[in-house]
Amino acid sequence: MFKNSTGKLLAYLALPFLLATGCVKEKKTETQTTTTTKAAAAPPSDEIVIGAVFPMTGAIATYGQESVNGIKMALDKINAEGKLTKKIRLIVEDNKGEPVDSSNAVRKLINIDNVHAIIGSVASSNTLAGAPIAQENQVPMMTPASTNEKVTETGDFISRTCFTDNFQGVVMAKFAKETLGKSKAIIIVDNSSDYSKGLAKVFSEEFKNMGGELLGNINEYTYTQKDTDFRSLLQKVKRTNPDVIFLPGYYTEVGLMLKQARQLGINVPFLGGDGWDSPKLQELAGPEAIKGNYISSHFSADDKDPQVQKFVQEYETNFKQKPGAMAALGYDGMLVMADALSRAGELSRENIKKAITATANFTGITGNITIDANRNAKKSAVVLETTPTGMVFKQKVNP
Amino acid sequence: MSENVTYFFYDLFQYLVNGLAQGSIYALIALGYTMVYGIIKLINFAHGEFYMIGAFIGFYCLVSGMPLWMAFPAAMIGAGLVAVLVEKIVYRPIRHAGRIPALITALGTSLLFQYLGQGVIGADPKAFPSAIAEKTYMLGEVIITRTQIIIMVVTFALMVILYWLVNHTKTGKAMRATSFNMNAAELMGINTNKIISFTFFIGAALAGAAGVLVGMYYNTAEPMMGLIPGLKAFIAAVLGGIGIIPGAVIGGLVLGVAENLVVGFWISTYRDAIAFAILILILLIKPAGILGKNRKEKV
Repeated sequence: MFKNSTGKLLAYLALPFLLATGCVKEKKTETQTTTTTKAAAAPPSDEIVIGAVFPMTGAIATYGQESVNGIKMALDKINAEGKLTKKIRLIVEDNKGEPVDSSNAVRKLINIDNVHAIIGSVASSNTLAGAPIAQENQVPMMTPASTNEKVTETGDFISRTCFTDNFQGVVMAKFAKETLGKSKAIIIVDNSSDYSKGLAKVFSEEFKNMGGELLGNINEYTYTQKDTDFRSLLQKVKRTNPDVIFLPGYYTEVGLMLKQARQLGINVPFLGGDGWDSPKLQELAGPEAIKGNYISSHFSADDKDPQVQKFVQEYETNFKQKPGAMAALGYDGMLVMADALSRAGELSRENIKKAITATANFTGITGNITIDANRNAKKSAVVLETTPTGMVFKQKVNP
Repeated sequence: MSENVTYFFYDLFQYLVNGLAQGSIYALIALGYTMVYGIIKLINFAHGEFYMIGAFIGFYCLVSGMPLWMAFPAAMIGAGLVAVLVEKIVYRPIRHAGRIPALITALGTSLLFQYLGQGVIGADPKAFPSAIAEKTYMLGEVIITRTQIIIMVVTFALMVILYWLVNHTKTGKAMRATSFNMNAAELMGINTNKIISFTFFIGAALAGAAGVLVGMYYNTAEPMMGLIPGLKAFIAAVLGGIGIIPGAVIGGLVLGVAENLVVGFWISTYRDAIAFAILILILLIKPAGILGKNRKEKV
């Protein structure tokens, strides 16, 4: 981001960024200086209040809307089953996909709405902005979808019900080497994303461990978010003659890159992570370029598992569209939360946190969820093939 | 060995083709910057947004089923009219307040359009309809796409028209007169307000054309798309010598080619760093830009 630094760009980009880091820092020092633990006022006792922080508008709005759809479906199920003695009230806050708005939303949910626990968010950078505030106020925060390693390292009140990037990278390396039988890989990295760099690192280590050859090093073929012209980069990639290309980026750039790669006559498969998992990818890449590439993700609507199919049908009747990975993750996240609430006994935040971290072998539609000692979920991933009509289930990989 | 040399030349030409296509876009946007600067000494930072607006007008025209030969001029005229309105409402009232207030206002206008775009259109990138069937041509191993050829041809044609307009028409003469000395031009009976509006219109129309071309080239349009190309075009204009029309073209092409050569032969991480280092070097040697002349201040 700072490569383009000029006054104008900095003025646009740096201000919210500085504000966000500013808030985080200030909170951190506060925690260090206060010796007694500072908890927010106790939540109300006649109902259960759950806050949800998701991007309902902005660049990744489809992710937030799907997640909340999933959460609401899970809530209906929970209320119908009546396992909980109290009713759950959900408060949804829009973080617009921005870190600053995420931390503001978390603060509002804790200070004003007095929530028992928080579910959110999607993008790791957003969750990372809100997590320190939840941790400081000792409010359990559980993300259904943020995969960056650092998220749960914030503290013991932060947990997640999805797998991490370390697992995703290994899955794709194995898929490239063992399933596709490829041996000469090249990695193209989104230099402005921690998610992309993390995945690239894991993939390269795992691929080399299995005896594959990595062409060039992982910092050699890079691009930046918002780039639109990848032709010269791809020409260089083409010259190294790889038989598979790992591209852990987000769909906005990936879509354009796939299209340009096919125009340049690069016909080897591209592999990616869950950052590709959006219907926009098909639109941007076009029907020709999208064919024959593979991604790892959390969930596939084509999975033959009866539980998954039941969810897909219900989702389609409720929302008139096919559920994406985020819908499934939101659904599972809410169910795990409800399960924890039913086991927590007296509903203090401390008890809820303990119950969440004790989750073991919970059967969700995105796999069997067990929260480990680092508060990350151990669960399976799916490999999907990208086709002009959508992502098609290829295989399931267990941890 | 000889095979490596052949590869080297194929690659070199490929990077040049990519660079010229990208540079043509920068050049089209840079022309507007340079014309507006030439006439009222304003660095119009909102210029990148006229490019974005052009792209979206083209997008909605094409989506509604209009053919490209209608959508393209519609985008140019639409972007031009928006620019004329902006000049009338925003820049004209503060024209005599000095250059810094004007610059700040331009920045504000730029932000206004970006966030207005995000609010009205939505921040997610839109897939631009492919208005023409894409085809690739091979020259040896060098690949040229049809869109690349269209971009270069259209850019060249628009530049020739602009050159003719400025140098061989009465309006052009009035533009040049206004640029030399606005008061004297007024005394000669030139309606300078009209000429300035016209300059904004032409500049933004070129940016609008660039917007549609980029939409076709990359198949995407989004409200923040004007930010980086606008910035690069500004630099291209400075590089070529701001206020000089052929300079903007040369600056744009040099910048586009430099970027692609760095990505191709070096590490893409340093694309902008190295491309801009080259620019700084050129400006150190020729502070007024490639085509600029170092004139002494008139006293």
